Amino acid sequence: MEMRAIYAECLDRLMAQDKHVVLLDADLAKASGTIKLREKYYGTQIFDCGVAEQNMASIAAGLSSYGFKPWIESFTPFASRRICDQIAISIAYAKQNVKIVGTDPGISAELNGGTHMSMEDIGVLRSIPELVIFEPVDGVQLRAAMPVLNDYPGAVYVRLFRKELPDVFPADYKFDLFKADVLKEGRDLSIFVSGMLTKDVLDAAETLEKDGVSCDVINIHTIKPIDREAVLASAKKTGAVLTVENHNVIGGLHSAVLEALAKEKIPVCAVGVMDRFGEVGKLPYLREAIGLTKENIIRTAKEAVTLK
Amino acid sequence: MKQNLKKIALDIRCDVLTCIGHLGVGHIGGCLSVVELLTVLYFEAMRIDPKDPKMAGRDRFICSKGHAGPAVYATLANRGYFDKKELLTLNRGGTNLPSHCDMNRTVGIDMTTGSLGQGFSCAVGVALGSKLEQDCATIYTLIGDGESQEGQIWEAAMFAASKQLDNLIAFTDYNKLQIDGTVEEVNGIAPLDEKWRAFGWNVIDVEDGNDIDEVSAAVEHAKLGKGSGRPTMVILNTKKGCGVKWIEDLGAGNHNTNLSAEQAEAAIRELRGEA
Repeated sequence: MEMRAIYAECLDRLMAQDKHVVLLDADLAKASGTIKLREKYYGTQIFDCGVAEQNMASIAAGLSSYGFKPWIESFTPFASRRICDQIAISIAYAKQNVKIVGTDPGISAELNGGTHMSMEDIGVLRSIPELVIFEPVDGVQLRAAMPVLNDYPGAVYVRLFRKELPDVFPADYKFDLFKADVLKEGRDLSIFVSGMLTKDVLDAAETLEKDGVSCDVINIHTIKPIDREAVLASAKKTGAVLTVENHNVIGGLHSAVLEALAKEKIPVCAVGVMDRFGEVGKLPYLREAIGLTKENIIRTAKEAVTLK
Repeated sequence: MKQNLKKIALDIRCDVLTCIGHLGVGHIGGCLSVVELLTVLYFEAMRIDPKDPKMAGRDRFICSKGHAGPAVYATLANRGYFDKKELLTLNRGGTNLPSHCDMNRTVGIDMTTGSLGQGFSCAVGVALGSKLEQDCATIYTLIGDGESQEGQIWEAAMFAASKQLDNLIAFTDYNKLQIDGTVEEVNGIAPLDEKWRAFGWNVIDVEDGNDIDEVSAAVEHAKLGKGSGRPTMVILNTKKGCGVKWIEDLGAGNHNTNLSAEQAEAAIRELRGEA
């Protein structure tokens, strides 16, 4: 099942339960998978703002001030850098309860190419005080997270991969918005990963194990506030760290982990977007071009261990 | 003649001068230009209760030109939301009265504003919320003429008309000045009335936006827009720095300017006819 279908199914449930849950769109309901919800909710709980994301963000803040629980959605670049000031002032500074969903993060924008391929959204938003940043890794986690996000009384940015992702978590997964999830335990290296690359990291860890490198694999689903305890505990245990993300290594997960480990003498290597823009292409091409491959994860993991 | 409202407007104007003079600097021009509007809204038009500032279904005022905060605070204090003495804390460290409106700090403030253009969209969101709740509230909002250069204003204008938010009454403080010069020199917005009409709004033009009777009549007129299916824009032709000759004469220079306590006192004496 596609992530957007799960997202829409969860929103449907939340809107059916509470008429104060509302969804605002900026002409991308089809892409976000929420167009079908309009049959039930358009004009009462769903509104299309047209191609005007800034207005959408501030309208959501106004609705929140009136007691509503607004969700807004667009492609990642238009749900972050385009509306950065509206997120900062109308939403975060004003302490409004708005959930901001950015779809197609990083290279997953594929054929829309560089203009739609946000390598910087986490970096742009992470420096806005009090904003929570969440990136789900699979449908199980997203399903568990949606009601928690809806109930969280503050602003959250949700970085949502739209298409299908392989399941990483078991059906009985227990979700905590502020706790990282240990997916695999090891001795030699800590790999912190967010979003769509999590399954690749698990596959890489299997190969690494055979090559004699035993890895902790930890999913950082909430990049801000990062679970410092989990990061510190694992990094101190293994003594070497690798971060893996579909985002610029400047400003995203790599930076967040480095900040958590600033006082530790532990090497930290990165697999991510090496400060470059995106380009058009399908995922297999883009993974190779940008360096987000299982092979690169394995190579960089081994390098991290040698730096101990 | 609304003698009582005129006296209140005089008190508010004097309080704005006192609190900015006490600090020594502030957004005097754009505060003094909107005193008559704030007086009419808070003392005549709005369904509000200072003893119950969060009353459900109350009318709301969102000051999108957030730098007019001191004028709103002086109005709220005169209306009984908080003690007038608090006005002297304006913009001091730890105050509840920051230069720009903050709903999380100040009793009676309905929305945080200051980044121009955004408060207007927020007001549109509030108007939509009120429609959904069917609570019959009227949502008032004030934008600046310089602020009208923000693209977000026109995004919100389009949306409000498209969603038929006739519970929304907006005002433009059309004092024709902004920080760098006259609005027409910097980036012209005229003809403002035709723009708003073209965006699907009812438009009311007020020749003297610093005349209590004219403003009061315009607000009454604007309220009739409920049921029209259109939001209403009231264009207030105002004078930036209105009421104090030398401040008015600063022109664009009065946007954010120094004002000593002595100058404020002298201006107040002049206003009260004690000079």
